[in-house]
Parts: sequence; C-alpha cells; structure tokens
Amino acid sequence: MMQFMLLFSRQGKLRLQKWYVPLSDKEKKKITRELVQTVLARKPKMCSFLEWRDLKIVYKRYASLYFCCATEGQDNELITLEIIHRYVELLDKYFGSVCELDIIFNFEKAYFILDEFLLGGEAQETSKKNVLKAIEQADLLQENIDFQTSLFAAPS
Amino acid sequence: RNAFQLCQIQLYKLKCVSINLGNGVLVCGGDKTLDGYSKKKYVCKLLFIFLLGHDIDFGHMEAVNLLSSNKYTEKQIGYLFISVLVNCNSDLIRLINNAIRNDLASRNPTFMNLALHCIANVGSREMAEAFASEIPRILVAGDTVDSVKQSAALCLLRLNKTSPDLLPMGEWTMRVVHLLNDQHLGVVTAATSLITTLAQKSPDDFKTSLSLAMTRLSRIVTSASIDLQDYTYYFVAAPWLSVKLLRLLQCYPPPEDASLRSRLTECLETILSKAQEPSKSKKVQHSNAKNAVLFEAISLIIHHDSEPTLLVRACNQLGQFLQHRETNLRYLALESMCTLASSEFSHEAVKTHIETVINALKTERDVSVRQRAVDLLYAMCDRSNAKQIVTEMLSYLETADYAIREEIVLKVAILAEKYAVDYTWYVDTILNLIRIAGDYVSEEVWYRVIQIVINRDDVQGYAAKTVFEALQAPACHENLVKVGGYILGEFGNLIAGDPRSSPLVQFNLLHSKFHLCSVPTRALLLSAYIKFINLFPEVKGTIQDVLRSDSQLRNADVELQQRAVEYLRLSYIASTDILATVLEEMPPFPERESSILAKLKKKKGSSKLPDLDDSRRNVNGSAEHTDDTETSPSLSEDLFPTDRPHPPSSFPSILFARWAAGVTNNIIFPVFFRFVCKSNGVIYENQLLQIGLKSEYRQNLGEINALSREAQTSLSPATWASFSEGIQRHSLAKRHRS
Repeated sequence: MMQFMLLFSRQGKLRLQKWYVPLSDKEKKKITRELVQTVLARKPKMCSFLEWRDLKIVYKRYASLYFCCATEGQDNELITLEIIHRYVELLDKYFGSVCELDIIFNFEKAYFILDEFLLGGEAQETSKKNVLKAIEQADLLQENIDFQTSLFAAPS
Repeated sequence: RNAFQLCQIQLYKLKCVSINLGNGVLVCGGDKTLDGYSKKKYVCKLLFIFLLGHDIDFGHMEAVNLLSSNKYTEKQIGYLFISVLVNCNSDLIRLINNAIRNDLASRNPTFMNLALHCIANVGSREMAEAFASEIPRILVAGDTVDSVKQSAALCLLRLNKTSPDLLPMGEWTMRVVHLLNDQHLGVVTAATSLITTLAQKSPDDFKTSLSLAMTRLSRIVTSASIDLQDYTYYFVAAPWLSVKLLRLLQCYPPPEDASLRSRLTECLETILSKAQEPSKSKKVQHSNAKNAVLFEAISLIIHHDSEPTLLVRACNQLGQFLQHRETNLRYLALESMCTLASSEFSHEAVKTHIETVINALKTERDVSVRQRAVDLLYAMCDRSNAKQIVTEMLSYLETADYAIREEIVLKVAILAEKYAVDYTWYVDTILNLIRIAGDYVSEEVWYRVIQIVINRDDVQGYAAKTVFEALQAPACHENLVKVGGYILGEFGNLIAGDPRSSPLVQFNLLHSKFHLCSVPTRALLLSAYIKFINLFPEVKGTIQDVLRSDSQLRNADVELQQRAVEYLRLSYIASTDILATVLEEMPPFPERESSILAKLKKKKGSSKLPDLDDSRRNVNGSAEHTDDTETSPSLSEDLFPTDRPHPPSSFPSILFARWAAGVTNNIIFPVFFRFVCKSNGVIYENQLLQIGLKSEYRQNLGEINALSREAQTSLSPATWASFSEGIQRHSLAKRHRS
C-alpha cells in the first residue's frame, strides 16, 4: 500500500501532498522536509528506488517536478513507478501538455484526478479512459452550473 | 518580465488578497451570508493557502456547509477541504457524518463516490463507527454502479486498516470473494486489494478466493494484447491486476489440490518465458510493467519455495538482470536474490553469481545498489565462500558510507564467527574491523571476541601476540586498546618470554595509550595493570609507582580513583597466593546466543534479515547444531551451581572477625562468609536438605530469598511428613553498641 505521495519542485517546494496514513501535521512536515532533502541529493544516474526509514521510496523526475511515493516493504517497486507514470499521463491528457504551473493553479483538479485513480493507497481504476471519463463528467456538471450562475447572477 | 514571473506576482497577489479576505469576511461572517459559489471560492482559496504551508484554523464550518449543497462542485470542494484539513471537533464530525450519510443514501453515483472517497481519505474511527455496516452492503448490492463498487471496496480496505474490530466481515465474505469474477476489471482490481488485506488477517475465511484468483491470472497471462482493451498498458496485459493477484496468492502456501498447483506452475512458467521473448515495445514503460509482473511472480515462487525448477529458473532470470543496463533492474535483482539465497533449493544457484555481486560492490556508483550487494553477500555466505566474502566486505568497509558502516561491521562479525574454522582468522578479522571502522564497532562485537578468546585455549597466544603487534601502531583506535588491554591482562604471560614483548614492554605499550583514552577504557587498563602485578612480579614496583601517582589516587573520576586506591592497597597487603586467586584467569563463559545477531535484527527489522541456518553458535565455536540453550538460567541452576569455581577457602580472617562475632546460632555457618561477596549460593546443606540464598541489592534496598529443596545426594527420596519455614531476625545492633 502506498503511504503517501509528494510532488515537489527542484527547489524543494511542495506542489501536492497526498497522505494515505493518519499522521499529525508536525510529523507530515518533518517527513516532507527530510525526504525532499534526501531525494534532491540524489544524482541523475542513480536508481529510482531507495530505502528510507522502514519504507521503500520510489521517485521519478518529470521536467521540473519530482514525483515521490512511499510504499511499504512488500510492495512492488516497478509497478509503483508505473503508477507515477500513469498519473502523469492522466494529468497530461487532462491539461494538455501538463506543466508545473498547471498543478499549482489547478491543484484541486490534480487531487480529483488522483482520487479517481488511487484510493486508500491502492490503484482503483487502471483504465485511463474510465478515469478521464469520470473527470469529464464532473467538469460538465461544473460548466452547467457556471453557465446558469452567469446567466442568472443578480447584480449585487 | 517573462510569463513565469508574471505568474509568480499573480500568485503573490492572490495570496495577500485571500488572507485579507479570509480574515475579513469569514471572521465577521454572521450578517453577510455568502452564496454557494462565493463560499466555494473562499474555501478553495483557504485550501490553497494551507497547501502552501500556512496553518489554517478557520473555514471548517463553511466547508461543512458546502457538503450539503446540491451542486456537485461545491460539494467537491467541501469534501476536499475536509479530507485535507482533518478536524477533531466533535460537532463538526457529527455534521460531516450526516452529510456523508445523506450522500451515500442519495443513489446518485457521483455523490456516493464523493462520500466514499472522503471516508477512505479520512478513515477516522468516528466514520468507521458510523458507516461500518453501510459500506459492505453497498459493495455487494446488485444495483451498485461499478465505479461505486470500486470506491466502496477500497473504502472498506481503509477502514479495515484503521478500525478492524468494527468490521464484522462474516456475512459478506462470500460475496466479496465473488467480486473476483466481476466483468469489470476495475472492480476486480479494487476487490483484489481488499481481499488480500482481509486474507492476511483471516486466511481460512478467504481460501475460496485462491482458485478464482488463479483462474483470473491465467486468463490475463495467456490473453492476446487486444483482449483487455483499455486495461492493456503499453502492450502488457493488465499489469496492475496481475501484480495484485500474485500478491493475493502470496498470502497462502502452495495449493494442496494437484490440478490447481499444476495450473499455477504453468502460469508462472508462462510469465518467466515471456521475459525471454523479444520486447514488443522499446518504451521503458513496457519493460517496467512486464518486469513488475515478473518480479512479483518470482516473489511468489520464492514464497512457495516448493518447485525446484521454478526456483532455478527464477535465479537464472535474476542473474541476467544483475548485469542489465538499467540500474533499477540491477537493484531489484540484487534485492530479490537475497530472499532466494535462503531457500535450500536455490542457494547453490545463487552462489554461482558471487563474482558478479562482488563486482557490483566494487563498481556500482549508486550507494543503494552497493548496499543491496552487501546484503546479498551476507545472505549467500556459507562455509565455502566465507573467507572470500569477509575479505571483500572488509575492503568495501574502508570506503563505505558512514551511515551503513555499523551494519556492515555487525555482519562481518557474525559471518566471521559463524564460519570460522581457524579462530586465528576470526581474531584477525575482528581486529581488522576495529582498525578500519573502530568508531562503528559496537560493544557487542568486541565483547564477543574476548569471550571467544577466553574460551578457546588454542587461540589465546595468537590473540596476545596479534594484539600486541596491533597496538604498536602509532594511532590505534580506542576499541583496540580495550581489547588489547583485556587480552594482555589475561594472557600477556604467553608472549612474555620473548624479549620484544617482555612484561615491561607490554606495560609501557599499554600505558603509553592511557592518557589518550576515555574513562571506561582507563578503568579497564587499571584492571589490566593489577593483573600484570600478579603475572609479572618484576614489574610490580613500576606499576605501583604509576598507581601511586596523584593523577590516579586523586583522579577526578570516582571509578578511576577507587580502582587505583584499591588495586594499590591490594598489591601491598595481598600475599602472592591471595593475589593469584583474586586475579585468577577468567573462567570460560557459559554458552549463550550471540548478542550481535540480536543487535543486527533490531537495526534492520527482523523481517528483512535473511535467516542464516539456525544453529545457535555457542561461544566455544563448535560447529554442531546446539539444542536450545536457555538464555535465562533457571532458578536452580543459578542457586546450586556445580561447576562454578569455588570461592577461596580462606579469607583474611581479620576482615571478617567482626561478622563472625555477630553470629550466635547453634549451628556454625562457615559458609556464611561466602555471602559477603556473592549474592547467591547454598547456605546450608545436609543429607536431606539444601537451603539456598538468593539476594539482590540496589542502593539502599535489598531483597533476600531463602529457598529450600531436597538434597540431590539422597539415595532414596525421603517422604516428608511436614515442612515449615521461618525467619528469625536478630538485632545485631545491640551487641555492637558496647
């Protein structure tokens, strides 16, 4: 099971954090700080896996963003690497050539897409089509509402 | 100004505005009611600010209000806020749970999913209590939409992890297992994860899932790539589901049913064969997905540990990966082989790769890969390659990262002791460890080498000689001084014949390091000095001069001062016989389990440590498997020792005359003297009865237990008519006052 996923820039700024285990805010901050430092210290040619505390860390850099997942001892590292890739594909399809700014300005969408793909630290829907369909439906609902609101907005 | 800078400015403005707005609008909030859209915007902004790293302690109420909105996007933001900023306020929890309950009952799949996602994300005990019965029902209901089933399955998984006691699976078990047959692969994926966790807790309940899982897996593995449509990932058929099914199978031992077993073997062989086929795609995603399934299959093969052909094939496959271009694969191969090394079927096959692994240790750039290589060398070590492996690990230690040195030291110490045929090699290895990585040689390691040297007569001379030579080095580690001090103190006489290591030379050598050492080491050296006085009367004067100096007798540290004072006094008043007895050579240590192994297990977590064969090494270093020796001596052993060296038969009577005067009982207790220095022992013994004393003292408190038992020398066990015990207290104080 995945315990948490962190997205951070090369300067160590956190862009997304998803926690699948209950931890206090203080612990989360501590873990984030330490792990970000450890991963950023790694050189480009090194392998994508490392052991940290009693977890397996799987990470990959896409452009300026590091995608970093913490899994438990028994988990399959390669499939986690592909979970990261699938998530990037989903973001890419949705935003059209996703970049870091998209995730900054549309963070809630990034979370919604992640929730459709992973739940409770496990992959729930591995069909790209199905995930994107679910997100599209939500977007359609929003457009309808916005449309209605703009039509009927009373001057304040 | 470029686009990025403009964005940064926007961001900053947004932040300032939001904080101000947040403070202004929401705090004074009562009279101004926000419409849903604005509320959503403000909650969203608060969330954004929180995720940037600022603390937010308001806005929860507004977020909770959003939950009851009918508009999807407002609900969505409300749920997101709550999932991220979990609050323990009980009123809010009640409101949140109500909103969730409504959404679950709404029959609108999108709303139901939102609610389920929230429960899965938060997973608090209150939620578990509120919804434990509801969610399984949703999961197995016939009219539940597929996407809701997936969410329900994983939601249940999360709740099971945090509050397992609240989820009685009983009646739902069969139907949950049946989900493995579902048409929708997404549902099967989610259900497999759920069943895996549940099966780990109660394997018998979910045994029926085995054959279903296997069938599913076979179908996937043998399918053409077009069959699974969107569940094919870069030409690999349903890799996530395959991996999960293989994980589920690892919850159980190999199937008893023969046909099932052969089907499984066939399936695994197919997976292994596929790895040899030419790749359908050059993309790394394809190879990662394919290899993910392969590694999980190998994990299953290792877990079952029952099919030699499969194990050997797995080993060969891993052997190929050891030399792969991709670092990831080399890392995983080393890791996997570690577990493979402990299987008796494949241990020999693993050993054939020793040169590759040693090469990895020397040439890999990535420290995590090198670490896996060390782990594998440790796991594959046996009598045939122990010397080679220990040598390689020692040379690696010279340049290893500081963070991993202690672990390597422990491993080398364990291997050296376990596979030593010639104990001179063992002593050399430990001394090398101290030389190379002295700071990381923990106490357990050097205690152990001393225990072994004391117990083995044949290596004592060699140890004394080697340690003497090692101490000649201009800068030697303090641990070496400790070991050297102890060994020379005990066995320095074995090399004293040679003029180069005469007693005076030995003493000067040790004393030259004295001022460089910490207090515990100095204390050890002082003990060594008094032992020298006993062993070598010719240096008595020199050592007494040292002990007499102010720096010892008036040393600021109490322990050193006490030792110096007492040893000096002892050297004056004790006759040679007494001194020889007091400073008699250390008796052999009793057999016990190596504490080094315990320390390593604690460091690594015992699940990660490959099991060396389980013979407990006794301190004598014999190669037989020992029976389970009791690590804590039973009461009788402690109390009535038969092979312990007897205490000296005569004590200076002057010291104890006062005590003797206090004893007024009719029965004389010559053995009473024994208890001045010993806490346990036999205090009285005749043909029928033995009475023992067991006492413990700590600061100003003491505890004495008197125990009685039938004498072992009685030929026919007596029948006891009655037995009573009592303790009389004499006040000795009265007698001494006069």
